[in-house]
Amino acid sequence: MSLFSQIWRPHGGVHPPQHKDASEIESVTMPLPEKIILPMSQHIGAPCTPVVKVGDTVDVGQVVADSDAMVSAPIHSSISGTVTAMKDVLLPGGRKSQAVVITSDGERRPHSSMKPREPKTFEEFIEAVRDSGMVGLGGAGFPTHVKLNPKNRDQIDTIIINAAECEPYIVTDYRECMENSWDIISGIRTVMTFLGAGRAIIGIESNKPAAIAVLSHMAATINDPRRSITVKALRTRYPQGAEKVLIAECTGRIVPAGGLPADVGCIVMNVTSVAKLRRYLKTGTPLIRKRLTVAGSAVERPMNLRTWIGTPVQDVLNFVGLKQPVRKLLYGGPMMGLALMDPELPVLKQNNAIVALAEEDVQEIPASTCIRCGRCVDACPMSLLPTSITKAYMAKDTDALKRLSTMTCMECGCCTFSCPAHRPILQTIRMAKDILRTAK
Amino acid sequence: MEHTLLVSSSPHVHCGMNTRDIMRDVIIALSPALAASVWLFGLRALAVELVCVASALAAEYLSRRVMKRPQTVGDLSAVVTGLLLAFNLPATIPLWQAAFGSVVAIVVAKQMFGGLGQNFVNPALVGRIVLMGSFPETMNNWVDPLKWLSDPLGHLGTVDAVSSATPLAQMAADSTVEIDAMPLLFGMRGGSLGETCVIALVLGGLYLVIRRIISPMIPVVYIGTVFVMTWLLGADPVTHILSGGLMLGAIFMATDYATCPINRSGKLVYAIGCGLLTVLIRLYGSLPDGVSFAIVIMNILTPLIERVVRPRPFGNKRGKAVAK
Repeated sequence: MSLFSQIWRPHGGVHPPQHKDASEIESVTMPLPEKIILPMSQHIGAPCTPVVKVGDTVDVGQVVADSDAMVSAPIHSSISGTVTAMKDVLLPGGRKSQAVVITSDGERRPHSSMKPREPKTFEEFIEAVRDSGMVGLGGAGFPTHVKLNPKNRDQIDTIIINAAECEPYIVTDYRECMENSWDIISGIRTVMTFLGAGRAIIGIESNKPAAIAVLSHMAATINDPRRSITVKALRTRYPQGAEKVLIAECTGRIVPAGGLPADVGCIVMNVTSVAKLRRYLKTGTPLIRKRLTVAGSAVERPMNLRTWIGTPVQDVLNFVGLKQPVRKLLYGGPMMGLALMDPELPVLKQNNAIVALAEEDVQEIPASTCIRCGRCVDACPMSLLPTSITKAYMAKDTDALKRLSTMTCMECGCCTFSCPAHRPILQTIRMAKDILRTAK
Repeated sequence: MEHTLLVSSSPHVHCGMNTRDIMRDVIIALSPALAASVWLFGLRALAVELVCVASALAAEYLSRRVMKRPQTVGDLSAVVTGLLLAFNLPATIPLWQAAFGSVVAIVVAKQMFGGLGQNFVNPALVGRIVLMGSFPETMNNWVDPLKWLSDPLGHLGTVDAVSSATPLAQMAADSTVEIDAMPLLFGMRGGSLGETCVIALVLGGLYLVIRRIISPMIPVVYIGTVFVMTWLLGADPVTHILSGGLMLGAIFMATDYATCPINRSGKLVYAIGCGLLTVLIRLYGSLPDGVSFAIVIMNILTPLIERVVRPRPFGNKRGKAVAK
């Protein structure tokens, strides 16, 4: 590692209001839903194909959809009941996906495949991870078995656990740290063992001192004379939990443009993912439940809810209660979250929050002309020039867009957040990326 | 409960700031210098400032109307331009000339290039330079500060007051002349309305930095470059940074968003360039002060600077990213 990269830290970032009011509220479990809707696309990669048909009886934890593709993850039923329909749903972002609808019989009958796993070899471990249906729970939903099996496995020396949770409102990872810290630490040990990585760093923002204390204590109590698991407190700023930013903050290593964390010897896992993976190996329960922070100005009682994957968002809203009409309904937080067009859409694997905003928080202010103040340039954690990218996009100049490293944009939204002219900068950059993708 | 869901792309929150807030902060930052100008040069100063602001607003409103463009007079940027132009004029200037300068600044330098953010040179400086070229006599007619107190209202009508030499003009005429720094801090010298009171300008600059409207980079580097260069070239650095339009130019004009480079390294190059050109014009040119021309020249070079000096995107390495 060069001296330069050791002292270099990503600049930029913004400080949106945190709204982490739900952070000290203990998780509660939602009642069983009457029906669940399981879209075939709940991860990055190839959508699954249903392996059940209408009329089939399914059990809790039974695989209902799978795919032969490398980058994909099986989908399990979170309830027992009957497959009552196959329908198309329109997911936020405009993706259409087939979905399996299962009506509950209220019995919670476990499937025979749910048994503890004891992998001995790396190959068995990866197979178990795949069977768990695990995807990155930080929001991206990248299949975990692919992430944990990089081509250059012998070069991985560091596991980074992402507990930064820099998005406003969301506190699910914080609750995981407070409620299941032992699963986190032992999960990290399991991953380190199978990957042969010598150290793990838990990156967490300094605004969560209780979680930092709990995890540091846990890491110190386990039998680990080499102190290979450390907790790193990071300054509080958005987007501290973005993968490349987190790697730079924790290790000083810079992932090359277009590269993967593995290129700099790192694997980044969300803190809830690693704990859930540990619980899967111990109990055999695949990814069928997910903790959600349900908050926002329209919500009566903000909560951390253990929901069954596939539960319609409307059921979640009914459970927490609403005090005002919802004007904007988000999968995730307000910086990177996706707006839902229909509250009948289900909770997905990679969801970590449902944010319901009332009218007062949803102001559409028309864009005015760019005054070149440079706030977007200063805010960009990737050191891009959003103003120049916008100009190049308007001119449809693909060469300029390439020169400006447009594809390096991770869509964190800091530019749009900080623009005093209220320009939709990020949306323009998304369209610019689209031009580059089709130009290839 | 009825929900009408709005679907839009992320982010769904905003910092809450808008263009008008920024302009309002700049006006607040200019107000100490405004007060100082009235104290130093009397009600006549206020008259010039009011005329400049009013004609700038009128020019902005009318040009947007004539061009059938969305009305932007509410963003307050014309107030800033009008004030800055007034700050660059002597107290004795005929009011119609001040108004003419404002119209040139807004119509020619700003609106003809597309309005706020699109102009390639600072509009107020264009107004000043046009006035300097058109009316050299009235633009160089300086009065001594506080002189108006002897005739508090009578001075309003005076146009041909007694000329007083500015410190820079004195130094240009005789490089050995010694000038006391203390009076310069409080603006006790002849000069343009808003440029003389250094303390008021620095106060405004600090406000802008604290409110994060500007980064301190451009003023600090610009003034620092002038200090170092005049010192190296054997002139009096303290007098040089405290006199002429340097404080006004470095804090309020060189930092104009539209006409300075947008990234940090570009700003550094730009500020050094402003400093070098100012010193060259002051010491070797025929003009006593070079701030306006230095900034305008660097304004014109800004697109070039932005092309050459740009930030390195994350992960684009000169060398390569290494794991171990």
